[in-house]
Amino acid sequence: MASTTEAPPRKDRAPQRPGDRIFAGISTGSGVLILLALAGVAVFLVTEAWPSLTAPAEDIPGGEGLALYIWPLLFGTLISAVLALVIAVPLAVAIALFITHYAPRSIAKALGYVIDLLAAVPSIIFGLWGINVLAPVTVDPTTWLSEHLGWIPFFAGPASSTGRTMLVAIIVLAVMVLPIITAVVREAFTQTPKLHEEAALAIGSTRWEMIRMAALPFARSSIIGASMLGLGRALGETMAVAMVLSASGGVSFNLISSENPPTIAANIALQFPESSGIAINTLIASGLVLFAITLVVNMIARAVINRRKDFSGAN
Amino acid sequence: MKRSTLGRAFVLPTTAALAFGLVACGSANEEGASGGLTINGAGASSQEAAQSAWRTGFLKNNDGTINYDPVGSGGGREQFTSGGVDFAGSDAYLDDKEVKAAQERCGEGGFVEVPAYVSPVALITNIEGVDSIKLKPETIAKIFNQKITKWNDPEIAATNKGVDLPDTTIVPVNRADESGTTENFVEYLEAAAPEQWPHEVSGNWPVEGGEAAQGTSGVVQAVKNGSGTIGYADASQAGDLTTVEVGVGDEFVKYSPEAAAAVLDVSERAKGRGEHSFAYDLARDTKESGTYPIVLVSYVLSCTNYDNADKAAMVKDYFNYMISAEGQKAAAEQAGSAPISDELRSKIQPAVEAIGSSNSGS
Repeated sequence: MASTTEAPPRKDRAPQRPGDRIFAGISTGSGVLILLALAGVAVFLVTEAWPSLTAPAEDIPGGEGLALYIWPLLFGTLISAVLALVIAVPLAVAIALFITHYAPRSIAKALGYVIDLLAAVPSIIFGLWGINVLAPVTVDPTTWLSEHLGWIPFFAGPASSTGRTMLVAIIVLAVMVLPIITAVVREAFTQTPKLHEEAALAIGSTRWEMIRMAALPFARSSIIGASMLGLGRALGETMAVAMVLSASGGVSFNLISSENPPTIAANIALQFPESSGIAINTLIASGLVLFAITLVVNMIARAVINRRKDFSGAN
Repeated sequence: MKRSTLGRAFVLPTTAALAFGLVACGSANEEGASGGLTINGAGASSQEAAQSAWRTGFLKNNDGTINYDPVGSGGGREQFTSGGVDFAGSDAYLDDKEVKAAQERCGEGGFVEVPAYVSPVALITNIEGVDSIKLKPETIAKIFNQKITKWNDPEIAATNKGVDLPDTTIVPVNRADESGTTENFVEYLEAAAPEQWPHEVSGNWPVEGGEAAQGTSGVVQAVKNGSGTIGYADASQAGDLTTVEVGVGDEFVKYSPEAAAAVLDVSERAKGRGEHSFAYDLARDTKESGTYPIVLVSYVLSCTNYDNADKAAMVKDYFNYMISAEGQKAAAEQAGSAPISDELRSKIQPAVEAIGSSNSGS
């Protein structure tokens, strides 16, 4: 009888030592902690933003209500981040292809290091570079653009005389997101199955055809994922935009004047230090909007990657 | 095998504990290093550099610790009236409600409120081929309101005979962030050119479409890098940019520390605030010769009576140092402020002398 009270030895479970239990505990705890942190941020944003959601329109800075306050900010955030990606993604794919398929090994290695190094440059340095180097350089070309291509809404002008325009902010953002996109895409290209590449070459493809048939389809989901990572960084970039962009206007597609819509993150950085009362709640409400957009962007990225999983050799 | 796993599991917590222990020791040491009395202040961030100059100068000849937390003027006033700090700095004088609260906090003798930090705001320009320019207040208001858009506008030419004004577009540069500099400049525009300046006074720039830059250094940078630019910034940061001579009455005054400090001498003292409150309604529309009306005046606040006699003596000595010629010079060197005039000093000195303690016997 005594033997029945003893738990029968389980054969389907691996033996556990204290180390296993401690490690399992630590890693589970970490996983839960990240969820708690995210929930905490969401709760904080909602509770702090709440007074501005219920406040009468004339109390909100600008005096026209919350939606009209946040809309230009949202527009500025989206247009700067999306156009930065339009510049950065093709460039990043090209760089990654060069490193993995064209460059001699020694150069490829050095170039890879340099790109990674670019990711380590703090954003305030990019801001200084944008304001001191890039902005003055763009003054003459943008003046030309406004005079000759002024019928395109992007170049309506009048061109800024200091160069602190949306265009410069977009270029700075593009340079900032370039390293992370390049790094992820390069990793995907190096994992392209050698057999696919050799098969493509064996049926008489040129190198470009081989890349088109074997490398690009294989890396497609990585390219999308990397772009979303880059978009996330571009949406939230604060310091560089706050320094570079002359944010004194509302919604406008004009990229080269000194009247630009601010971005959410830069606006918070600029206004927060001297704000009080309902103005702070309003800023936090704009932060909540940014938080929501970033979540949505990430979820879309996840969905796209999952749908294209079959193409990826990573699973 | 088992032992080594266990061993490893302990290494991490031990290291962490050690690290935390070291951190704890570090902070304990920091606190222990300071001896003597501590007085705490909080308030305007504009005074931060001046306060640090004053603290350094004061502690050369005195013992103790002085803390100044640049939380902003509003925060400083609130902490002062609620008794959280011993003294405060503020870019604006106390409003009626705060006067009551301050009197309540300080008790019978009331509070001391004296202007200790005068920071002139210069109008800086970068126009090719022009190294001196005179503008009337109405013209300045029209330029910043974007009603005058070319540098060779007849209205600008009228006050600048003999200057070859180019046909460039005027680019007004303003602060992108909320700031006391903006508030003071807009206050000046409203007082000196009320008909040309329809906007409300606040720390946020009210006109859309100009060039907006972050912080004083951002404005200076934008003015320097652009062409046909004009902006407003703390005079100490103007560097070698051309500063505008501002119309006062019938003459034009170039910024100088003396001219800036002179505004306080022609301004009215606000009434009904107690014997030791020297709050001034700045005469920004003054026509007095030799005054420069675009200034930021920042006050320091204390009580006349502290329970602790040593603390009262230290606050009094510190305030005396701040308004002394030596203290004002130190602030001018470090923060680029304009030293207050001897005339003003002799007026506010009695207020500072009134600081003391009812428990002086102890």
